[in-house]
Amino acid sequence: MTNPATEYAAGQGIGDARLDGRMVVDPDSGTDLLEVAMGPHHPSTHGVFRMDVALDGERITRLKPVFGYLHRNHEKLGEGHTYLASMPYTDRLDYICSLTNNWAYALAVEKLAGQEVPERAEYLRVIVGELTRVQNHALSVGFLIQDMGASGTPLMYAFREREKILDLFEALTGSRMMCNYMRFGGCRVDATSEWLDAVRKVVTGLPQFADEFEQLLCTNEILMARTQGVGVLRPELAVSAGVTGPALRAAGVNYDIRKVDRYSIYDRFKFKVPLGEHGDVYDRFMIRLLELRESIKILEQALKEIPDGPVMDPKAKIRNFRPKVGEAYGRIEAPKGELGFYLISDGGPNPYRYRVRPPSFVNLTILEDMCLGHNVADVVLILGSVDIVLGEVDR
Amino acid sequence: MKTLEEIQAAIEAAVPGAGVEIVPNPAPSGEHSLRLKPETAVEVATFLRDDGELALDYLSNVTGVDWPDKEIAEKVKVTRAVTKTVDGVEQTAEETVEETRKRVEPGFLEVVYHLFSMARSHGPVVLRMRTGNRSDRVDLPSLTPVWRSAEFQEREIFDLYGVVFKGHPDLRRILMWDGFKDHPMRRDYVAPDDFEYEPTPHDEVLARAQAHRAAQQAAAAAQEGTGQ
Amino acid sequence: MLGEGILKGLAETAKNFAGSYVSKDRLTTVQYPEERIAPIEATRDFPFLVYDGEDWQAGLRCVACQICEKECPPKCIYIEKSKDKKPDYVGKPQIYPARFDIDISVCMSCQICVEVCPFEAIKMDTVFELATEDRFGGLLLDRSKLAKSNEYYHTIHPTEAAEVDARLAEEKAKVEAKARAAAEAAAAKAAAAPAAGAPAKTEPPAVKPAGGAE
Repeated sequence: MTNPATEYAAGQGIGDARLDGRMVVDPDSGTDLLEVAMGPHHPSTHGVFRMDVALDGERITRLKPVFGYLHRNHEKLGEGHTYLASMPYTDRLDYICSLTNNWAYALAVEKLAGQEVPERAEYLRVIVGELTRVQNHALSVGFLIQDMGASGTPLMYAFREREKILDLFEALTGSRMMCNYMRFGGCRVDATSEWLDAVRKVVTGLPQFADEFEQLLCTNEILMARTQGVGVLRPELAVSAGVTGPALRAAGVNYDIRKVDRYSIYDRFKFKVPLGEHGDVYDRFMIRLLELRESIKILEQALKEIPDGPVMDPKAKIRNFRPKVGEAYGRIEAPKGELGFYLISDGGPNPYRYRVRPPSFVNLTILEDMCLGHNVADVVLILGSVDIVLGEVDR
Repeated sequence: MKTLEEIQAAIEAAVPGAGVEIVPNPAPSGEHSLRLKPETAVEVATFLRDDGELALDYLSNVTGVDWPDKEIAEKVKVTRAVTKTVDGVEQTAEETVEETRKRVEPGFLEVVYHLFSMARSHGPVVLRMRTGNRSDRVDLPSLTPVWRSAEFQEREIFDLYGVVFKGHPDLRRILMWDGFKDHPMRRDYVAPDDFEYEPTPHDEVLARAQAHRAAQQAAAAAQEGTGQ
Repeated sequence: MLGEGILKGLAETAKNFAGSYVSKDRLTTVQYPEERIAPIEATRDFPFLVYDGEDWQAGLRCVACQICEKECPPKCIYIEKSKDKKPDYVGKPQIYPARFDIDISVCMSCQICVEVCPFEAIKMDTVFELATEDRFGGLLLDRSKLAKSNEYYHTIHPTEAAEVDARLAEEKAKVEAKARAAAEAAAAKAAAAPAAGAPAKTEPPAVKPAGGAE
């Protein structure tokens, strides 16, 4: 068995280390190309992620994403743990949105075991899920602006709003980021009425934040010049490449799993699915802001309608949970796109196969197509507009 | 959406000799799947994508599953001729005995595709394919030319399970590094001895720690022996 | 006009700058460690063991059943059972943990040990300033460091602790009532035994468990 550390020490390098910054002659044009490794420790890559880029002057002629630096074989870990013990590990996939990860996993297991979820638990799931979407979109938009060079200010405004939402998460689940809140057949703890009041207070403040953020940036000439017409994604390619989430809807494809699958209780809420026209970075930026506003609408409705009742199915088991033989694929509209869990049970306490379908990973498929012909500085923006989290890409 | 039987019939009509089988799923989710023959898989996939009524234009999830060799013990009734000596006369009689026979059901690698339709908002349709075995007949046709979203996910299966996808444009390891030899998601994968000190090792960590210590002590003893 | 969008944005920044002096909503920064935010009741970080009474060794609720050790996802709990038994909170002789270690460098604060514990013996703490110079020893907490009193539990999670106490009291009352009923039945039987010789003597009416009322 090879050990990466000894291999590295022996000078063999980790990964397909074909890049040494050498000049390569492009066979078509006869010009010199320069190969550059962007990453893995580049501040714009949002983690440890590398892009092998071939440059013709400033222009990108080839781009190959390289990842796996955070790979810990999450799926193998899942096969070695009980169904319940995998729940805290799902928090660590997309660590910005732990609650939607919990939700997708709980949904898949409930599908596998045929469990019901009480109504109040569904409402709580929608509330925490939409709060997660709000804070994810605020953050991803903030980081996009940060990548563009607007250091600090817009990102800090986004962080300020996120802070309020994370405080709510802590008050409900006990943790700000690694919430581990949902269980098969409901939620772990009930929300108090004080907590719901606190959510109402935060939600009333959110439209003002959205207004201010739009005022701050949306008509900014520099932002428009940098983002409009950059990284255009055609809808046909987006569909074929399995792109989901805001990036897909920015390309003009009306596909939101909350509307399509109507999972949980999303058929009870009135909300729109914002669609883009051009599929460029600016559209993806705007779609996130518009979706944030739609999430506020869902939150307002859910907070008005939330009923009293239990938050756990009384038949649900915490220990000795063994679903019958079979398989199920459960998916939700996570803030970054379709998050799916595919589980195969052999009747034992551990899943036989535990597969995560991460949105960030699949959305990276078309990174090269979007970047070709653009400048190096635009690659940073295009990657930022895809909105990835490496914990989920590498698993 | 059409039922699975109707889809099967439509595939048979469009691709004669496709040989698609329905694999039932006993779970309450009821997501039954279609098993494709590798030879006709690309044709069938293209049909599923382009058919106006099905329009399965979106391949959501591609994943591998490892089914190792299984030893099955079963009781078989065997009839055999027995020679007995009865009253000094040799007689041949037939006797039925129950015997436990062990046979090995050969393992295989399976690839599962989850298809949805963005145009018609339906799904999922689950496709599966099997390799011949787990060692040398591990190639399957790649569906990346049909759905682009299979590109990275098939690379991941190649990396972690060792399924070789014929027709994939860029089949390299994706999560593990290039020099890596094994396929870590296979069920018989043995993790390397990268034991890290833990103050309270127990269970599998303890087993690993003991194996590690034994190897270390043996090495130390061998060194001592040469030193004297 | 070119530059109008930038000016609008700058006006927004100015509004926030001025607002941060008057509005708490616009300035959420807390100058840790000089300032601290009020503790949030549900907060969790690492587990501790609850004991009742004064002496932690006598009052540990843990009976070393090792369920938490088995369920812990990162396997950070290590338990050794005792050879002898000692009475637990209802007075029943129970095994206790001769060794109970939690490696908090491995613990991921998921709270699953608390959820699976049938004895309300392990709960989540809220202390977070645990930095140490000793990579292994300093982050390995043994029984003496893990044991914290029920009063402490009440100070950090008052609502939850009150619920747990009520549940335990109810269980204790049930056990006591059962024991009393059993004792009474035995006494009645003993009283009935000498009279057994007498003819046409019926069995004494069974004493019903009185519940927690008595």
